[in-house]
Amino acid sequence: MSARDDILARLGRNLPLCPPLPEIPLFDSSSPDLKEKFRENLARMGGELIELSPSRIPAWIRGKFPEGAVICSATPEVAGNRPLESMRDPRELETVDLGVVRARFGVAETGSVWLSETEFKVNALGFLPQHLLVLLDLRKLVPNLHHAYRDPGFLEARYAVLMTGPSATADIEGILVRGAQGVRSLTVVGC
Amino acid sequence: MKRIDHAEASSRFIAAKEHVEFHDKRLWDLRQKRDREAAAVPEWEELRSLASQIKEHTLARLPHYLAQFERNATASGMKVHWARDAAEHNQVVHELLSAHGARILVKSKSMLTEECEMRPFLETRGIEIVETDLGERIQQLDDEPPSHIVVPAVHKLRTDVARVFARTLGTDAGNSDVPYLAESQRRATRPYYLEARAGMTGANFAVAETGSFVVCTNEGNADLSANLPKLHIASIGIEKMIPRIADLGVFIRLLSRSALGSPITQFTSHFRAPRPGSEIHVVLVDNGRSERLGMQDFWYSLKCIRCGACMNTCPVYRRSGGLSYGATYSGPIGVIIDPAFNLRKYSALPFASTMNGSCSNVCPVKINIHEQIYKWRQIINERNQLPIVKKEAMRMAGKVLSSPKLYRAAVRAAHAGLEYLPRSMIYNPLNAWGRSRELPKAASATFRDWYVKHRRAGK
Repeated sequence: MSARDDILARLGRNLPLCPPLPEIPLFDSSSPDLKEKFRENLARMGGELIELSPSRIPAWIRGKFPEGAVICSATPEVAGNRPLESMRDPRELETVDLGVVRARFGVAETGSVWLSETEFKVNALGFLPQHLLVLLDLRKLVPNLHHAYRDPGFLEARYAVLMTGPSATADIEGILVRGAQGVRSLTVVGC
Repeated sequence: MKRIDHAEASSRFIAAKEHVEFHDKRLWDLRQKRDREAAAVPEWEELRSLASQIKEHTLARLPHYLAQFERNATASGMKVHWARDAAEHNQVVHELLSAHGARILVKSKSMLTEECEMRPFLETRGIEIVETDLGERIQQLDDEPPSHIVVPAVHKLRTDVARVFARTLGTDAGNSDVPYLAESQRRATRPYYLEARAGMTGANFAVAETGSFVVCTNEGNADLSANLPKLHIASIGIEKMIPRIADLGVFIRLLSRSALGSPITQFTSHFRAPRPGSEIHVVLVDNGRSERLGMQDFWYSLKCIRCGACMNTCPVYRRSGGLSYGATYSGPIGVIIDPAFNLRKYSALPFASTMNGSCSNVCPVKINIHEQIYKWRQIINERNQLPIVKKEAMRMAGKVLSSPKLYRAAVRAAHAGLEYLPRSMIYNPLNAWGRSRELPKAASATFRDWYVKHRRAGK
């Protein structure tokens, strides 16, 4: 007997009584200001929300990053200087200083943004660069994770991530360090 | 197989005073953060009930959901493997690595691969394993197992980490600055992501409806391990199954709040299909789970989502350290899982509990942990697995406590004993309790004496 059939048969002999599968409510509360909630929770998770019109983003980047910084953008709003389209291997992103991507939606409850291979173009864009800039239409905020998990994106995307602030660790004495393995900072631009 | 002596092993941990104090404080801090998060979610208790119901339902229809998962995962291009036990799991992984010519494996944290003792198996076959989670990497470099399922190196102080990294990564042994240590590991690990031909993750949840699986990390190391090499292997225990994507709303809201007291992990990653030109292989592992499902009192432990809340709240765990349990799973959840793997070896663990029930109260999927601990004690007693001193003590206590006369005589004797016996006679080697504690000062009269006297006086 194959391992598969063996395991399924053994389970079949040992099943407890089956309670019904409950329906999951959306837990809608009288939603306060979603934007403020998103801003607050993102900040708790180490990210930052700024509001800028798309035309002012290049100037913001120039103010934060030195001349010659390598910028790789998956959005039409920001030009970047390292084209993603010609990239044959995701490992080429290792030398990128700033990645730029537009999220499909955000979650107020947690301060998360939803990204998939469609947004990233190359998934490693969210992880290998040193910093990440995420553009987000603030009209596309859902109140909580129950709403988020109703999004059809989860049924379609090969890879989808709810990203909440930058990479972080508190594995040594509980002391928080941002930029453990992935991006060192995450800024969400409401636009 | 030798019985794990939890009390003896924890005495070594307790001997290092600053370690115990920090460990206790750090874990209690996590427990308090968890409380604040739980209190801020009005539907918290409803979420716990839903989570418990979803898990019980799924486990009771596990063959159905596993088959559905396999069908959907296969249809979207993933390959599903099955492993009856640890040996089969390790074999499957080794064959996949060999077929891809992978000599280096970058991996994120997985308790299942610890359970399967995969690392030594692959290492003797010439594969270099790189744990990428900071805490797990510290433990790997120090040649120790994780002491906690969420924060693997929580029993170490920064100076311990500085010593480990100086020896293995060549850092400055005198520099125990935490950002410096974390940065050193980041720099040492990054080249491996670029070089490795294979990445491995575990999974927090597997969703039958979509054939996808979910990995939660704070470091982003699972996403790097999975999105750079062309081969991604995911080892998943069969009990990780849930029916629907919508169920994730419940579990993701509970998981990190219970574990670390944060609303969500920094990265909650969903894998449904491989990227073009790459492969995802899922290994579904039984390793005793199907058998545990048939254990009437103990199958509920399969609901566990590995958040560690029961460990953080447990007074015994906080003061004895995870390594003292001598098993893959420590703390209250370990105490009820480990004896199912090996009753004799782990027969002392269900006694590493004060039975205060706090573990059951914080459990996000409502496992009746303390009741299961009690049931394991009964089984261990019935199967004659109690050490002789404990057994005799229990037998005598049983006799004395069931007879009011004997009890009163014993109280009087103990009272006199505490007052007049020399210290050496009370704190003798048979009194395990007195080894690290002082007995309380005896009251001047027993409650019964007081009650009898005052009732008469009142009349």
